Amino acid sequence: MSEFLINVENILQALSAGLLLGGIYGLMCVGLGIIFGVMRVINFGQGDLMMVGMYCAFYLFGSLGLSSVLGAEVGAIVAALLAGPIMYVFGLLLHRFLISRVTGVRVASLEGEGHYAQLILTLGMALILANGGLLLFGSTPVSIRSSLSSSAWEVGPLVGDYVSIFVNKARGIALIVSLAVAAGLFLFITRSRLGKSLRAAADNPEAAIYMGIDVDKAHRMAFGIGTAITAVAGGLVATYYPFQPYVGLEFVIVMYAGVVLGGLGSIIGAFWGGMIIGLVQQLATLVLPTQLQNTAVFVVFLLVVFLRPQGLFGVNVTRA
Amino acid sequence: MQRNSEAPPVQTTSAEARRKSIRAWLVPLVAFTLVYLALVAMVRNQYYQLMLTLVPVWATLGISWNILSGYSGLVSFGHAAFFGLGAYTLTILFVNYGITPWIGIPAAGAVGALAGLIIGYPTFRLRGHYFALSMLAYPLALLYVFEWLGLQEVSLPMRRDAPAAFMQFSDNRIYTLIALGMMFAALLTSLRIERSRFGMSLLAIKQNEIAAEAAGINTFNWKLKAIVVSALIAGAIGGFYAVVLLVVTPQTVFGMLTSAQALIMALFGGVGSAWGPVVGAAVLIPLTEILHAELGDKLPGIQGVVLGVAIIAIILYAPEGILWRVRDMLRARRSAPSDGQAAPHASAAPQAAADLPPRHAPAADARVMLDVQGLSKSFGGLRAVQDVSFAVREGEILGIIGPNGAGKTTLFNLLNGIIKPDSGKVAFVGESIFGLPANAICQRGIGRTFQVVRPFPRLTVLENVVIGAFIATDTDDDAYVLARKALARVGMEDDADLLAGGLTTKQLRLLELARALAGNPKLLLLDETLAGLGSDAVEDMLAVMRRIAADGTTIVIIEHTMHAMVRLADRFVVLDHGTVLAEGPPEAVTRDPNVIEAYLGKKWSAHARA
Repeated sequence: MSEFLINVENILQALSAGLLLGGIYGLMCVGLGIIFGVMRVINFGQGDLMMVGMYCAFYLFGSLGLSSVLGAEVGAIVAALLAGPIMYVFGLLLHRFLISRVTGVRVASLEGEGHYAQLILTLGMALILANGGLLLFGSTPVSIRSSLSSSAWEVGPLVGDYVSIFVNKARGIALIVSLAVAAGLFLFITRSRLGKSLRAAADNPEAAIYMGIDVDKAHRMAFGIGTAITAVAGGLVATYYPFQPYVGLEFVIVMYAGVVLGGLGSIIGAFWGGMIIGLVQQLATLVLPTQLQNTAVFVVFLLVVFLRPQGLFGVNVTRA
Repeated sequence: MQRNSEAPPVQTTSAEARRKSIRAWLVPLVAFTLVYLALVAMVRNQYYQLMLTLVPVWATLGISWNILSGYSGLVSFGHAAFFGLGAYTLTILFVNYGITPWIGIPAAGAVGALAGLIIGYPTFRLRGHYFALSMLAYPLALLYVFEWLGLQEVSLPMRRDAPAAFMQFSDNRIYTLIALGMMFAALLTSLRIERSRFGMSLLAIKQNEIAAEAAGINTFNWKLKAIVVSALIAGAIGGFYAVVLLVVTPQTVFGMLTSAQALIMALFGGVGSAWGPVVGAAVLIPLTEILHAELGDKLPGIQGVVLGVAIIAIILYAPEGILWRVRDMLRARRSAPSDGQAAPHASAAPQAAADLPPRHAPAADARVMLDVQGLSKSFGGLRAVQDVSFAVREGEILGIIGPNGAGKTTLFNLLNGIIKPDSGKVAFVGESIFGLPANAICQRGIGRTFQVVRPFPRLTVLENVVIGAFIATDTDDDAYVLARKALARVGMEDDADLLAGGLTTKQLRLLELARALAGNPKLLLLDETLAGLGSDAVEDMLAVMRRIAADGTTIVIIEHTMHAMVRLADRFVVLDHGTVLAEGPPEAVTRDPNVIEAYLGKKWSAHARA
């Protein structure tokens, strides 16, 4: 194979890896984007909620027998999807008893003051979840293994006789499921009455109240849905990626970068933000040493924030 | 048990205030130091000795965070960047060049400060959540860079030949003393900043950045200064941390937990208070370290869980930190028997309007104070202000009226530099101020009040007003004198020591007026100063404004309440849809059918013509 073809193959491989990763990041970011967009809360615990979702899927798959009932391949996907509703309830409870104490319309109007309480509360929540996870689940990495994790589809040959892309089956299926979930959520947000009330509450909570929208309920639902979506993304990641209770920290930064990139308050923007992060991370390996791929992510993130603070899909609204 | 009742101070200057606040802290400071030194002297266990060193280390990082984020309200998630750069600076100097930590720590501080400057300069363009999240990116980007550089785990070499010269003591207690020394240096810096022009300006930024600019505060410069001081402290303590631990890894110094520690210490103890981080560290570090040591092997992660529960519990019951909560409780107990604040002085505007000398409009040939020509501004397709021209003469009270959405507040924002005009000319006392930033325009002598008054509830009336006086003088003491004068001009001199949190709407309006007056402006722009006031309060406000005008300050005022404006203003400019509809003395303008139509619609203008 010529030098040129090797380069082409490397680029195609990095591109496909970026798309696979970006699709999953996109779903995670959508989960956070709903919470951040609707409630304007910086939730440090989002990564740890995802971790809980991953363990949720892990135990559904193993101890609760989904793998033996449905088989490892289907069981892994179903486990990831089932983590969603379970974590939705978990999110509702968290919001009801904890998050709502420091958020809501009352706090949103407090300018800077109220944010301190939110920061500390979600930091505390993150600490409890991560370390509580260590207590309950132990520090040994686990993963949801099936034959999919270790086999790949060959796409190609695309150029000449040799250049083809290999797509890990678990990652490929994760991408498809993630796209389906994101699309479903997008339809829900744009078409359903409930989704519209969520968007109204995100856009202008005070006006939404006057329109008869129960903003507190909208916030609770947003937190539940955001938690569920991120948990599903986590469950999908778990099908090919070994994890331990501190895994949340690795992803929470990616999620914030994606959400800000896409533009605060834009659900679809959050997805593309996550997609861009995934692509940057993988394409960076073509020109930079592997250790610097995350540095590339942060540099791109900072550049976008400086050049276009409202994000790629955000609308610039400043109120003096 | 009888508590001495405190006599209210007659004159508070800034120096006095500072002395008072340091004196108030002297007893707890000495007590804390003595107890701590006793502990240091007694503890023999190496692990606990390390813990005693780590308390002041994390307290110092918390203080550093607090100087930027606690005072200015710009939350930084990235203090690990400065901390880590400091740690690596010291380590690299030591390992590669054999330079002692005694020099390494100041060098670490210098590198931290430089990083603060480089990071602050671009990042301060961002606000709110964007600022906070961008700060998160810096230490994490650095973390990977240092891993890539092959600095995963660097140990400081042992120098048995000259241990003291290289800060390597066999007696661990010496480290604790050095850490305490650094903490006190940071604490004193923070205390000095707190009540000075520096700290007050940061507080003004936290409260309302636009209003701070309008009060003549160069917000960008102060923020930059704050991040440099803050990063210097963080860098220096990061360097010392390397000395204590002897091993530096990117995760421990640049990791997200390090940034989180900085803000947890400050928020837990008391945000925006110099002592807050110290309290936070003194409680949290021993708590988590002891849990880790006692239960860590049986229940891994227990210290994280307890730390999480502790900070959640605190935030639910004391959202601003322990210190503020305790302070409020003490204050409530102290003032409960005497009824203290409950009865604010009913002193504002001691003279009734009737006592005022009759108002004489300035002569037609008086000097032109403000000359506006062809001023325009569009937002996208909306022409908010188009081709507005008018002049204000010295000593005049000019009323700007017009229906909602006529562009009145936008006009003010253009005049005092909050928004850049698209085209036109603005001259103030013959000099063009077109396109200047708000603080520069304030410096030239244009003061401004806002529709929404946002005071600092925890500061006194005097402290709230002094923020406006910094522009007029270089010394803080003079600023307090000016602030008192301004309070006297609005009739609030007896309320100077009240907390702003308990003021009535009228008092808040007067406070805002006094703050604008404190900088000795030649021209005052007043935005709906009468809004939300009852008729008695309106009378008092009118009297105050007429007295201000009689003292020689020119006033331009926006107002909706016509009947009040007719009695106050010498001349009206009527705005409608961003253009000047009419201009002239009140009697003429109020009879102008165009004006009536703009306000009430066609039917009424026909009625008026008839």
